[in-house]
Amino acid sequence: MSTATMSSELFNKSIAELATLLEARTITSVELTQAVIGRTQAVEERIKAFNSFDTGDALAQAAASDVRRAAGQALGPLDGIPIGIKDVIAVTGQPLTASSKMLANFVSPYDATVTQKLKKAGAVIWGRLNLDEFAMGSSTENSAFHTTRNPYNLDCVPGGSSGGSAAALAAGEAIATLGSDTGGSIRQPAALCGVVGLKPTYGLVSRFGLIAFASSLDQIGPFTRTVEDAAITLQAIAGHDERDSTSFKVEIPDYRAALKTKKGPWRIGIPKEYFGEGLDPEVAAAVEKAISFYEKMGCEIKNVSLPHTEYGVGVYYIIATAECSSNLSRYDGVRYGHRSTDADNIVDLYFKSRAEGFGPEVKRRIILGTYVLSSGYYDAYYLRAQKVRTLIRQDFLNAYKEVDAIITPTTPTPAFKRGAKADPLAMYLCDVYTIGVNLAGLPGISVPCGFSSGGLPIGMQLIGQPFKEADLLAIANAYDSAHDWARRTPNL
Amino acid sequence: MKYEAVIGLEVHVQIKTHSKMFTRVAAGYGQPANTLTDPVVLALPGVLPVMNKAALDAIIKAGLLLGCDIAPVCKWDRKNYFYPDSPKNYQISQFDQPICLNGSVEIELPGAARNIQGEHKKIALTRIHLEEDVGKLNHEAFDSLVDYNRAGTPLMEIVSEPVIKSAEEAYAYLTSLRATMIYGGISDCDMEKGQLRCDANISIRPVGETKLGTKVELKNLNSISYVRDGIAHEIQRQLAVTQAGGTIVQETRDYDGQTGTSQSLRSKEMAHDYRYFPDPDLMPVKVDAAWKARIQGECPELPFVKQTRFQAEYALPYTLTSVLVWDRALAAYFEEAAKLAGPGKAQAVGNWIVNDLQRELGAAKLDLADSKVRPAHIAELVKLIDAGTLLSNAAKEVFIAMFASGEAPAAIVASKGLAAAPIDNAELEGWCREAIAANAKSVAEFKAGKESAINGLKGPIMKASKGKANPKLVDETLRRLLAEA
Repeated sequence: MSTATMSSELFNKSIAELATLLEARTITSVELTQAVIGRTQAVEERIKAFNSFDTGDALAQAAASDVRRAAGQALGPLDGIPIGIKDVIAVTGQPLTASSKMLANFVSPYDATVTQKLKKAGAVIWGRLNLDEFAMGSSTENSAFHTTRNPYNLDCVPGGSSGGSAAALAAGEAIATLGSDTGGSIRQPAALCGVVGLKPTYGLVSRFGLIAFASSLDQIGPFTRTVEDAAITLQAIAGHDERDSTSFKVEIPDYRAALKTKKGPWRIGIPKEYFGEGLDPEVAAAVEKAISFYEKMGCEIKNVSLPHTEYGVGVYYIIATAECSSNLSRYDGVRYGHRSTDADNIVDLYFKSRAEGFGPEVKRRIILGTYVLSSGYYDAYYLRAQKVRTLIRQDFLNAYKEVDAIITPTTPTPAFKRGAKADPLAMYLCDVYTIGVNLAGLPGISVPCGFSSGGLPIGMQLIGQPFKEADLLAIANAYDSAHDWARRTPNL
Repeated sequence: MKYEAVIGLEVHVQIKTHSKMFTRVAAGYGQPANTLTDPVVLALPGVLPVMNKAALDAIIKAGLLLGCDIAPVCKWDRKNYFYPDSPKNYQISQFDQPICLNGSVEIELPGAARNIQGEHKKIALTRIHLEEDVGKLNHEAFDSLVDYNRAGTPLMEIVSEPVIKSAEEAYAYLTSLRATMIYGGISDCDMEKGQLRCDANISIRPVGETKLGTKVELKNLNSISYVRDGIAHEIQRQLAVTQAGGTIVQETRDYDGQTGTSQSLRSKEMAHDYRYFPDPDLMPVKVDAAWKARIQGECPELPFVKQTRFQAEYALPYTLTSVLVWDRALAAYFEEAAKLAGPGKAQAVGNWIVNDLQRELGAAKLDLADSKVRPAHIAELVKLIDAGTLLSNAAKEVFIAMFASGEAPAAIVASKGLAAAPIDNAELEGWCREAIAANAKSVAEFKAGKESAINGLKGPIMKASKGKANPKLVDETLRRLLAEA
């Protein structure tokens, strides 16, 4: 059993620290990138966070960053920082697999908008990170390639679906990573791996170039070592994109500056529905301790009610599966991706290519989604789910009349053992605290707030108001900057 | 028992935009296969659609031209089905909230004769919605290849109520609809290029019955004449089946215009469940009053309105208007020429355009836009004739020269010496007297009341003048002298 320690290695430092070192020319991006590559080569066999990485490409980007800096043209705090990318976000010339056999050989001919933005900020795009196939799952066990391990306990899962993004960061294999969050896929693995994970408001970050799972719920966000790093990364990727009609035209504030200017005290809501049956006592205790920190700093702690919480998982699995059944139709073996070599006609080609290319969880969700959209069932399932979704959002908006943010546990339990949740329903319940945030389109952040007696990280979730990431980050930073949970590293 | 036919038409019209419906890549026809594609058209992993506002403008214009109610919100739905011509395996379309509702297409039925205006009628529309076109499959000996150039082209589906009664009405409907779309600059409606496609739903029922009979959908009607012929054929087929005691099966049939026969493609038991649901990638778009007003301002006068106006304003006969108004450019050309020629000359202007200009353009395979003869030329020509400067044979010669060179008529008349010589009145009178003296029989007949007998006198006079006498003046002089005699 590993225990968390502090580390002064380059690969374990925060973006903020490294940006200072780069700026002072104490280190170069090539040195930093080499440190990350070296660390990856040392631990990856045990962690299995990556689907692929391209060291030559990363070092070339790092060298270009150093040239820029030498010319006095550094692009900002991300210039020269190696950032890992979940393997559902397109990077030109790099594989884009969604951890599926269906796309095992697919190479993207274009950049996602977030990739372009990170490149514009000077980041070193580093590696393709493992996930549950097509982002469907909570453990990365649904990856068609391999299961990623929790760096704090290699027998445990890192969470999912962005398990590779969380584990790589926790293990020092990247300085920050990007993930995507449809029902908790950033926050849950962040909690299980002891890092910060931010899901922005729906519409703040462009989805162009993100392989769609459930279009009305998907959102890209960063995994970082500190809340400050989350602010720095969000700054680079947020903003309206004319290639994504669902991205909002909102003014983007200076998130990092807001950490200093917004000081509270805040009114913090505690929803009783998130502290009931099924919550591990150690997780409950850690989160309650964090709440008392806020109380001590002068925040007003209020009980709030989110009465439709219990419908969240059901509503989610109707809407998300309906959308995915349509979104995944394009993987048919005709233009790209896996094509069965054993088909006699077009219908056969569809059936066999998809039967061979998709794993069981993806198939389960496509079948469920196809069913709920079928003629005669649409009103009873999809339409009703959309109505309940509106009620769930209204619950949050009502609460925000009285509070600035809501605190809950991120997950009911710390990381569980691989294979422990063979029943799909048990796995779905891992996201019980995170799903409502996606359904309501709100920003949510998971911040490490302790360790279990077994040495596994525990996360708390702070939920903010739509497009008020600056406030949410400031509230989260008040805790994070006063604690070292997120700065600890696993013994590998 | 007497039967009547009930026909509803579903017409797909490609909208003429620079780029495709949901991405910036160019829309077009006749390019090498799969060159008009990008990651969005090919539905690569991770791409998203963004609506082309010009396509929405165009369908709103179509709706306004056809008197439709324009929905306050443009909402998008996904129509899910697997087929290789559809890259996403769903089509972005409009299901329960089409952008245009109601409205109608005005048609003119054939008149009693070519020069008699036929009955007008309005064919009610159910809806018009916007969607994206699919790609094209090319079947080879052992493979099928897909060309996605057409995929994603903005496409309108115009659905009529089942109120069309005959193949002739269907023909008139498509003719009018196509002209409206071309007039509005919405589409070129070239059926050979697939810019206009039509499916017909046809049923028959006993006259007096209000319930609809079993419908048959007729596909692959790739010219307006084939639509007419296919419908006529299908009505006859259904009558024959019914009269032989059979029943009509609900099915889709393929009409072959070459052979004038049809065959069953599939029966309705294979009906799809398209699992429509709102597209979560596209936000609904509000269409407010200002938007509609802007488009209204771009709407042209439609052919039938123009026809009525031409008849009133220019005193044109029906036959001329029925040629002029169906081509927006030709009608504009006419109006410009008629205005330049001045009052009372519009019919002559119209005749020159419809007869001579159209004939020469056709022979030279030129469009009106390419014509060297401009409206001012026509106006000048008509004025020269009216003034007696130019006689009809000479005028034809001037026109041919003008068509070839683009030179002004007066200049051609001068350079070729085609002006009618100013005839000395005394000389003309002399020729007239000679003709009267030499043709006693014609004179007698004329005096007995046979009006046409005067023409027998004109021949010798024109011959004597070498064709340069003004016919109007010859006629006047002859009548005066005959009255005196």
